[in-house]
Amino acid sequence: MEYQNIATTCIYCGAGCGLYLEVLDGEIVGVLPAKEHPVSQGRLCIKGWNATSFVYHPDRLKTPLIRRGDAPSTSSGHRFEEATWDEALTLVAERLGTVKAESGANSIAFLSSAKCTNEENYLLQKFARAVIGTNNVDHCARL
Amino acid sequence: MIEEIRAHVAEKLQELDGVIGLRRTAEGTAPCLFREGDDLSQLELDPRYPLASVVSLLQKRYPEARFGIAARGCDARALVEMAKREQVDPDRLYLLGVVCTAEEAEECHCTDPAPDPAPWPQAEVIGTPVEGAPPNPIVAAYEGTSLEERRMFWQGQFLKCIKCYGCRNVCPECFCEACALEDKVWVEPGVLVPPFPMFHLIRAMHMSGRCVACRQCELTCPAHIPLTVLYDLIRRDVEDLLGYVPGADITVSPPLSLTLEDAPLRMELE
Repeated sequence: MEYQNIATTCIYCGAGCGLYLEVLDGEIVGVLPAKEHPVSQGRLCIKGWNATSFVYHPDRLKTPLIRRGDAPSTSSGHRFEEATWDEALTLVAERLGTVKAESGANSIAFLSSAKCTNEENYLLQKFARAVIGTNNVDHCARL
Repeated sequence: MIEEIRAHVAEKLQELDGVIGLRRTAEGTAPCLFREGDDLSQLELDPRYPLASVVSLLQKRYPEARFGIAARGCDARALVEMAKREQVDPDRLYLLGVVCTAEEAEECHCTDPAPDPAPWPQAEVIGTPVEGAPPNPIVAAYEGTSLEERRMFWQGQFLKCIKCYGCRNVCPECFCEACALEDKVWVEPGVLVPPFPMFHLIRAMHMSGRCVACRQCELTCPAHIPLTVLYDLIRRDVEDLLGYVPGADITVSPPLSLTLEDAPLRMELE
């Protein structure tokens, strides 16, 4: 028998509204706006009020997927196969290296996300500019 | 007063399964279920959250458990209306009433700032009740306006709505499993501004006989719509026309929640 509210930040846009996850016996059962939060002051938009709808969604991705020609076809027709993070990151590193060597750094672009933290977005653009060597950086919440 | 409340909660935790109140940590203040042995120095009274909804949630999950609540007047009124609609069980609730200060009552335009222990089998009230504050001056100003001015006033207010559904989500009296505001017959999904005036008037009508003036809707509205003015007017009409004050008397049935089982409206089919 445990009911508590866990403070967190809405993942949907760069405003970063404060909210609480209502947790009953380890399961998220609701959202409450954080009344003392300096940004949102107890208010949320419809996204914030529903910020947890993906948490227990059956379609939520829980492992990296790698598209392989010989993988079994899914219901959507894509041939994705579950992979470990090591496999996925190794593949991405190899392919990025190959594409950069063959076609140049500006043949690669980076698309970041409002669902990441400010710090994660910073790291992505740093990786694009300092490691790959391109300014092709964009963001899904560039409203 | 807070020390006295903490002492009462500590004492009651020896016999109850838990007490619902606000817990302050470094991350902020939010509703919490305090259990025996918890650090009660974290129990606070501000800012106000819809604690009655937490009582309902926990009582439904634990049908045998007995909980307590550190409740302000508005929480207690909300619990009365929820009890009438079988959302909380008064017999399994200990109400530790907390009176608001005169300043708090004034801030909320609250006419009834002290919890009433009378409806509850187990209750006590801490603190000295203060007089109710004068009603919201916007209501009086509104009374002096013409119908056209009133329409313009609400049109201007409702135009700001971003349809976040926060007023419904935060409301302790909004617990229907199917909500008219999510029925596409009434409210087209994905379209802003919501239909004037139906969106807010559907909710206002559904709040008649239910709204206990806790002001949570107005406090959570990102568009700063003065929703308590709308609900104050509904509350006044319900009192004038039907003689009903939501949250006041737990033994009086809500006038708009009667079933038709004994009413003469049932048609006899030949």
